[in-house]
Amino acid sequence: MPMLELNNVHAYYGHIHALQGISLTVDQGEIVTLIGANGAGKTTTLRTITGLLKPRHGSVILEGEDLAPYKAHQIVARGVSMVPEGRGIFAKLTVAENLDMGAYLRNDKSGIQESLERVYRLFPRLKERHNQVAGTLSGGEQQMLAMGRALMAHPRLLLLDEPSMGLAPVLVEAIFDTIQEINQQGTTVLLVEQNALMALSIAHRGYVLQTGQIVLSDVAANLKENEMVQKAYLGME
Amino acid sequence: MKINLERLSWVDVFLWVFRVVAIALIIIGIVNTLSSGKYTSEQWGTLIFAGLAQGSIYALIALGYTLVYGILLMINFAHGDIYMAGAFTAVFLADKLATTGFLAVHPWLSLLLLMLLASTISMLLAVLVERIAYRPLRGAPRLVPLITAIGASFAIEYTFRGLYGPGFHSYPDVPPLMGDVNMGTFAVPRVQLVVFFAALVLMVALYYFVERTKMGKAMRAVAEDKEVAMLMGIDIDSVIVITFALGGALAGAAGIFNGLFRPQGVYFFMGFVPGIKAFTAAVLGGIGNIPGAMFGGLLLGIIEALGPNLFLEGLGIPAANQLKDAIAFTVLVLILIFRPQGIFGERLSEKKA
Ligand SMILES: Nc1ncnc2c1ncn2[C@@H]1O[C@H](COP(=O)(O)OP(=O)(O)OP(=O)(O)O)[C@@H](O)[C@H]1O
Ligand SMILES: [Mg+2]
Repeated sequence: MPMLELNNVHAYYGHIHALQGISLTVDQGEIVTLIGANGAGKTTTLRTITGLLKPRHGSVILEGEDLAPYKAHQIVARGVSMVPEGRGIFAKLTVAENLDMGAYLRNDKSGIQESLERVYRLFPRLKERHNQVAGTLSGGEQQMLAMGRALMAHPRLLLLDEPSMGLAPVLVEAIFDTIQEINQQGTTVLLVEQNALMALSIAHRGYVLQTGQIVLSDVAANLKENEMVQKAYLGME
Repeated sequence: MKINLERLSWVDVFLWVFRVVAIALIIIGIVNTLSSGKYTSEQWGTLIFAGLAQGSIYALIALGYTLVYGILLMINFAHGDIYMAGAFTAVFLADKLATTGFLAVHPWLSLLLLMLLASTISMLLAVLVERIAYRPLRGAPRLVPLITAIGASFAIEYTFRGLYGPGFHSYPDVPPLMGDVNMGTFAVPRVQLVVFFAALVLMVALYYFVERTKMGKAMRAVAEDKEVAMLMGIDIDSVIVITFALGGALAGAAGIFNGLFRPQGVYFFMGFVPGIKAFTAAVLGGIGNIPGAMFGGLLLGIIEALGPNLFLEGLGIPAANQLKDAIAFTVLVLILIFRPQGIFGERLSEKKA
């Protein structure tokens, strides 16, 4: 049984038909990437998975269970966590309070403490600044916080929406290393990226999205070699 | 500040003149009063304590406005009536306790019971109003819940009027609250001190709740960004219910304090003026800001207590004490002109305005 399955998902914003029949699967333990131009529907796809937007047709299935009846917060309770586009940290809360919110649904004190130590190990910067108001963190630190906060939920499926956006190249690499590390520790990852080259270099498989439709899907290595992908997303002629 | 003459409109000129005149009048009033030496410092002390007690009641009510505004960016204009409902209901229990003699034997326990009852009633009513009048309209244009708020307000008022008539119902005297406490050179009614400290305890408890508990943090998270809060697994609806419940409970307690404080008692329309004054206090402190509402309430109480003697008499206005209510509303107008974001508030951004 796949971890996540989207079957012919159609989603709308008013009259805008943003997703026009998306089908994809993510298997347990994989990193799957979703690439596509601006406005292709990547963020919208993640929003339909987390329940922030309900598909008009089609189904989103998590470990065999149709998510249609559940609200966003109930879907989080089923093991899905998301780092939203643009980070979405709580600017007025401190770093530690943001991380607390990541673990909102958990009650196992020792488990939460373990997750916190893991996050601080991954991002020592956050530990140094745990009492700082999150709005005053640098962009890169905010991205770390958004990732750390998602990990505090101890998710089985982690959705990442452009985690490299606006980061210096060194930090981008650090973030991608972290994603790989998280994945090796057992978290399944669905990664949306503009930086297709980086995404394809850590992903197992990928989907290419164009105006609300999936136009290509393959293992990452093949996508990297694909002429159309190279031209459109890897900036190669 | 640099003034661009070409862009200076008549409205700006008017506002500047208004600001200067307002400040001048206040200063002239204060100077005249103080130089006349009509009041002793003991008298001012008495007034300040009265102001603090009344102000702490405003603060408790103001917290309800500010909590709801912080999360939903709406003014719950039925809040004054939620305050009335608790106090009004508890007056019947107070009567029972007094006639059975329980009040005389266990006065403090009686007060606690009254507070619990009033808080519970106000809390339930606040939650009910949210459920019926606001939740179905979430996402509607902002004027719409304002209209249902006014509808809810009338519905509550006239339900009580219909059930219990338009007259006043007084709280019985509570023996340990009678009399004065000696503060050295002057005396302060005991009831004022009790009300002030009890209100202070509630405010500290609320502050602790919002700052330290998981639910309090979730409230602040929801106030900042509802979608991201959902992604944390926070059930927005339950946070909103808890916000209304907290505001209601504080208003209920404030209703009891007010009942003890003022001999005339409760009636169906009693929430209107304190409601608007507490709203003024919330705006004064910066609407949406919790310490702001506490501070704004206390400050408004003091301004109101000192105002008639301090500013108005000095200006030669007769029967200044009868203009008490006008002072609160003047304060509202002045804040809106001088500092619309309030003392602790951030400047309203486009998104929030
Ligand atoms: N809230 C909204 N209201 C109306 N239309 C929207 C809304 N959000 C997205 N859209 C539209 O839906 C389409 C898909 O948007 P989406 O945000 O999913 O794109 P994306 O692939 O994430 O793009 P980007 O790489 O720029 O983040 C776009 O045409 C966009 O204009
Ligand atoms: Mg996007």
